[in-house]
Amino acid sequence: MSDEGINEPRRNFLIGATAVIGSAGVVGVAIPFVGSWNPSAKALAAGAPIKVDISRMEPGDILGPIPAWRDKPVFVVKRTDEMLASLSSKTSRLADPDSLADQQPEYARNESRSIRPDVLVLIGICTHLGCSPKFKPEIAPQEFDPEWVGGFYCPCHGSKFDMSGRVYSGVPAPTNLEVPPYYYEDDSVLVIGEDKGVA
Amino acid sequence: MAKLEQQFKDIMRWVDDRLPVTETYEKHMSKYYAPKNFNLWYIFGVLSFVVLVNQLLTGIWLTMSYTPTGDGAFKSIEYIMRDVEYGWLLRYMHSTGASAFFVVVYLHMFRGLMYGSYQKPRELIWVFGMLIYLALMAEGFFGYLLPWGNMSYWGAQVIVSLAGAIPVVGDSLAVWVRGDFNMSGITLNRFFALHVVAVPIVLLVLVVLHILALHEVGSNNPDGVDIKKHLDEDGKPLDGIPFHPYYTIGHDVPAIIMFLIVFSAVMFFFPDGGGYLLEHPNFEPADPLKTPNLIAPVWYYTPYYSMLRAATFPLFGMTAKFWGLVVMAGAIAILFVVPWLDKSPVKSMRYKGLPSKMFLTVFVICFFILGYLGTVHPTPMRTIIAQICTAIYFAYFLLMPWYTSVEKTKPVPDRVT
Amino acid sequence: MLKTILIPLTLLLAAVGVQASEAGYPLDHMEPDVHDQPSLQRGMQTYMNYCMGCHSLQYQRYKRTGDDLGIPDALMLEHLVFDPETKVGDLITNNMSTENAKKWFGAAPPDLTLHNNLKGGPDWIYTYLRTFYADSKRPLGVNNLVFENVGMPHALLDLQGTQNFVCKQVPRLAANGGDMRDSLTNEYITEELCGNELVERGYSPLELIEGSGSLNVAEYDQVVYDLANFLYYMAEPARLERTRVGWYVLLFLAFFYVFAWLLGREYHKAFHK
Repeated sequence: MSDEGINEPRRNFLIGATAVIGSAGVVGVAIPFVGSWNPSAKALAAGAPIKVDISRMEPGDILGPIPAWRDKPVFVVKRTDEMLASLSSKTSRLADPDSLADQQPEYARNESRSIRPDVLVLIGICTHLGCSPKFKPEIAPQEFDPEWVGGFYCPCHGSKFDMSGRVYSGVPAPTNLEVPPYYYEDDSVLVIGEDKGVA
Repeated sequence: MAKLEQQFKDIMRWVDDRLPVTETYEKHMSKYYAPKNFNLWYIFGVLSFVVLVNQLLTGIWLTMSYTPTGDGAFKSIEYIMRDVEYGWLLRYMHSTGASAFFVVVYLHMFRGLMYGSYQKPRELIWVFGMLIYLALMAEGFFGYLLPWGNMSYWGAQVIVSLAGAIPVVGDSLAVWVRGDFNMSGITLNRFFALHVVAVPIVLLVLVVLHILALHEVGSNNPDGVDIKKHLDEDGKPLDGIPFHPYYTIGHDVPAIIMFLIVFSAVMFFFPDGGGYLLEHPNFEPADPLKTPNLIAPVWYYTPYYSMLRAATFPLFGMTAKFWGLVVMAGAIAILFVVPWLDKSPVKSMRYKGLPSKMFLTVFVICFFILGYLGTVHPTPMRTIIAQICTAIYFAYFLLMPWYTSVEKTKPVPDRVT
Repeated sequence: MLKTILIPLTLLLAAVGVQASEAGYPLDHMEPDVHDQPSLQRGMQTYMNYCMGCHSLQYQRYKRTGDDLGIPDALMLEHLVFDPETKVGDLITNNMSTENAKKWFGAAPPDLTLHNNLKGGPDWIYTYLRTFYADSKRPLGVNNLVFENVGMPHALLDLQGTQNFVCKQVPRLAANGGDMRDSLTNEYITEELCGNELVERGYSPLELIEGSGSLNVAEYDQVVYDLANFLYYMAEPARLERTRVGWYVLLFLAFFYVFAWLLGREYHKAFHK
């Protein structure tokens, strides 16, 4: 079985070409297998934007965690003036007080991290490892923080966030809590899950 | 470059000292000598391996979105077809693959019958092959229930009820298999476990045994001559050629692509095969109160289904139903002993006598006729034809010891042609 | 090469079509077209207005349907979804309870998502919806040529109008299989045929009461065509994508084959030395 008379360059070219096309074929075959792991239409439907009626919320009230957009726990907080005042009191203790990291839509990149200052919408998932933080509105010394001015506290690993979900420095969580896209349909109805004008 | 090569060699030596990778590769690929004179019939073994891989992969992916419960099964299939990205493709690959599996396996078996590939010393290869065929039929049967369509339901109902034909224990056996007094979600659940876990494991073990046994004795060929009789000075068969790369690249890859073209044409453009691959009544959920007008199994079982229906009269005090079961089971069982029925001194049909050729031809025709009859309503005329064909089916095997030993054979050449 | 494979396959598979209904009435053939979005949109509109009350499409979502048919979400919710609680990602279900349905109709109206495939094509529903006729012996006053003793009212009666089951004067059959004519006047020699005799000769046994429906025959046929086309789409929404992907795959494989064959030939040379 000698290989004499074999056109070496031609054979090598054909081996290369067939291998390249074959690899493309393997990638092609992988498409349905990989694609089928994406969220299905059912998951997308369950994760559709939701409407929340906030007309009956009094200052200091919290709605949530409600299973809202993409089935994530969402907090809606109607903040009191006192809570809003706390936002500027201890900014030196925050890791990202100006919300530079991309954790909110552009329209919520402000001190209150919201469209209307009094109404806060947050995804209640700690940016550390995914636990759901607790709402601790009291301005009073806490076991975990003697100088607590109100905010969110994650019991899993002790991360702390202020009244607009900004993370304290020196805790495990790296970034502020995420603000989902949302808009006001009218004064009392909040649509959580998409930006205004996207339909 | 040379350094890299040296490094690779070192790594391989390290591995080979601990696991015989190179040795195995050589034994089964680069130094496995296959006869030079393989023809197209020798592609179907490789193709059935390709289909097996397809079935395993798509099957695993389908279980990710399938719900094996009476309430959820039908719905989850439509969920796969509509809501899961490319779910329709995965399912069609699996359902078309099931039929393709039987196409290539039937052709592979016919090749064996035609060229005497079961003859000494390849009896075990044949027996393992038959066990694979049996496991495949079980796999197909369990899998067919899973969509929980009305045809799934009633098809399984009919076959499970067959167990009732066994004297004394039959009825309680049927109840035991179902786990219920009627087909139900309980049955579905256990069939699911068998289909996705138990039978595939058995199938894989048998495939490994089939190939190990083959590589121990070497492949047969269309002439049925032993290529190991003539060796060159290195002890390699003169009429052999290394399986890899000559057969793999020279033969198998183009053939696999050609097969994939046919497969894709069916899967993308006729996924229900005009009602033969996906049957129309299976587009409504299982309904225990409504039998479809015609219960026909999928095409790959229809020859045996015809034989089952061809038993229409009681005999020796046993019911026709019992004899139907016996005929059907016997038709499959008799395949196992073919290596001991063939008394011919030659292997290949090329050198066998006229009786062998005629019997094989008539046998194949009858198999097709039985297959067709299994898809349509029985009529008195059709039942008679089915009975004749069933008789011929068995005659082919039972008379084989006689006609293969008395017929005049042609001389077999010394080397492959 | 592709053609040599596809053409015999097409012929083979075309030969096994279903030709007649369970009741034995020959089905009228229609050629569905899933590329015809206006037709599918009209079909969906008819479905939502006339069928949806009883027959759900519970395996399919509004969103997917809208995307495939070119109907924006907002338009869909405004014009085709009647329940304000329904979201566009929801399954197309209705509020009819199975128990009520059994009480009213004797059997629960089936879900129609897969009806087209169950009947092996759109011909059944296309014929069925055009062959209702008045029958005072039936509890709902109507019967159907395709579905004998049907338990469902004629939902599109207002559109089609009333058809009666009649006997007709039709030309006698000549010995050569053509219509018999008088050799002097060249006029047809007719006979009165009824029911199945008419069907066998290729005549419809039904006669429409002129002006009893709001649409004429051509308009009504179009409405039913669109509806059947919509259900054809509904049974397999992936159909469009399937054939599109199919052509790409076949082209790729053909291209792959050329190279694999050339390479294979290089190795094959070693065989015949």
